[in-house]
Amino acid sequence: MDTKTHLVWPKADFSRIPFKAYVDPHVYALERERIFRGPVWSYLALEIELPAPNDFKVVEVGDLPVIVTRNAAGEISALLNRCAHRGTLLCRAERGNAPSHTCVYHQWRYDLDGRLLSIPFSRGINGKGGLPPDFDRDAIRLQRMRVAVYRGVIFGTFSDETEPLEAFLGSAVLGELDRLFHKPIRLLGYQRQRIAGNWKLYCDNARDPNHGGLLHMFHATFGLSRNSLKGGARLDPKGRHNISYSMIGKDDVAAKESGYASTQKVYQADFQLRDSAVLKYKPEYPDDVSLVVMSLFPNVVFQQIMNSLCTRQIRLRGAGEFELYWTYFGYADDSPEMLEHRLLQGNLVGPGGYVSMEDGEAVEIVHRAISIQPGAFAIVEIGGKGPILDSDTLVTEVPIRGFWSYYHEVMELDRSEDAS
Amino acid sequence: MTDLELWFRFQQLQLAYTQAIDEDRLEDLPALFVENCEYSIVSRENVALGLPMPLFRCGNLDMLRDRIVSLRNANIFNPHYSRHVLSPVQAIDTSPGEARAATSFSLYQTTMAGLSSLFSVGCYDDTVVVGDGGRLRFRIKTVRVDTFSIPNLLSTPI
Repeated sequence: MDTKTHLVWPKADFSRIPFKAYVDPHVYALERERIFRGPVWSYLALEIELPAPNDFKVVEVGDLPVIVTRNAAGEISALLNRCAHRGTLLCRAERGNAPSHTCVYHQWRYDLDGRLLSIPFSRGINGKGGLPPDFDRDAIRLQRMRVAVYRGVIFGTFSDETEPLEAFLGSAVLGELDRLFHKPIRLLGYQRQRIAGNWKLYCDNARDPNHGGLLHMFHATFGLSRNSLKGGARLDPKGRHNISYSMIGKDDVAAKESGYASTQKVYQADFQLRDSAVLKYKPEYPDDVSLVVMSLFPNVVFQQIMNSLCTRQIRLRGAGEFELYWTYFGYADDSPEMLEHRLLQGNLVGPGGYVSMEDGEAVEIVHRAISIQPGAFAIVEIGGKGPILDSDTLVTEVPIRGFWSYYHEVMELDRSEDAS
Repeated sequence: MTDLELWFRFQQLQLAYTQAIDEDRLEDLPALFVENCEYSIVSRENVALGLPMPLFRCGNLDMLRDRIVSLRNANIFNPHYSRHVLSPVQAIDTSPGEARAATSFSLYQTTMAGLSSLFSVGCYDDTVVVGDGGRLRFRIKTVRVDTFSIPNLLSTPI
């Protein structure tokens, strides 16, 4: 056991989470090795962001800077964005098109598969200086991730041990990706926000259907995601990924009235918008599901909130801060009216969204409070204790236990002796 | 209207907008816009890439009124004071009945514990209509933020 990172887990079903796991810098350092360099597939980007050969963008896997690029053969490659010479950030642009990448510091140049192409003055001048004769240029290569693409979604892993992508995701997740990416997409743009809290607080948030209709009063008031809606949460067999879903207009009226009776102004029946276009759902899938928040371990959320579609990449900035990077898309065959509608429904989500601005605040006020007393525990019992299973109600936080169950496994943490 | 008078009135309109936000009089904002206004907050990153996704947008004044009502009644966000610092209104282009100009801003937020931080810097790109008696109102207000990685969240207008 690593004493520095010793975490206490009082309940074997992960219905208690040690606050220390969110705030401890030693835990954070271990996450970098065991999760983000470990046997998991991290979300990198969408293929549509790199349409042409030599297109690239920089992303982060945890907090590791990575260049995602399409080589001349059209294949996606992902390279640690760090010059092998002295460790300089190799590519300083956010995105662009380049057949090779050259370090600004000493002009070492690499191809898109990470091979070292050239070093200036490698033979020195007049037999003096330069590299030693036994310098092995071929042995130097940028660290590469293994890359896998499913339905135009690019994933990468640093580990040779990682199971195949489709096995890692599981059939329920693959089915959702099939649904969301059932036809060609069109990139609409990005949003970013910096949240002063631990990244796992956001993982919890995205696996907590119960908060949707309680924290987000706009959701509840207009019925986009009342807790009384028909919906639930599905998990992969390991509990690490979660698909929360609900169906607008499928409301249980009696449950709504009694469930919200004890809340303060969460569900306000008499509140109306002057312009309700933002609330209109235009069905575009062969089902009644109007909201899907699919969170994949470790770093991405896929979203369908009405007609607003995006991915949310979690980029770490130490134990106490992360960037949320939102990539919005529509479908390539959207009519001009549908495009306008998607852009308008952007008002619902993102850093300033009617049903999402609260998440930034919730994460920050949790982080602030648990930093004060990191020896205590979060309680996760809504939706039941014991086995981690699918739910057919939104009044559940079981997927949070699924996340922590797998987190515990992949971090190779020893369970405390007092586990019951 | 002389150039100087137009510049002065444009400046007054801009100050009326930022002062209403800084003094938490959001309900006074709609009177500064025409009914068929377009109000949007866009990231400089998306503008540079030619991508249409805004951070927030209103296609008419009712949507702006809804935003204010929602902030007051149906949203939870970080309690704060806003404080704008503006450049002068820059380089006015005029066309019949309208004028367009840019204005740079810095927007600080202060917590209820008295800690201030820079929340956003950027530029307003405004088109105003000149009405009866020379009254100016916004027809298009595009808030282009350089600070496109939003600190925490975006609630009150920029």
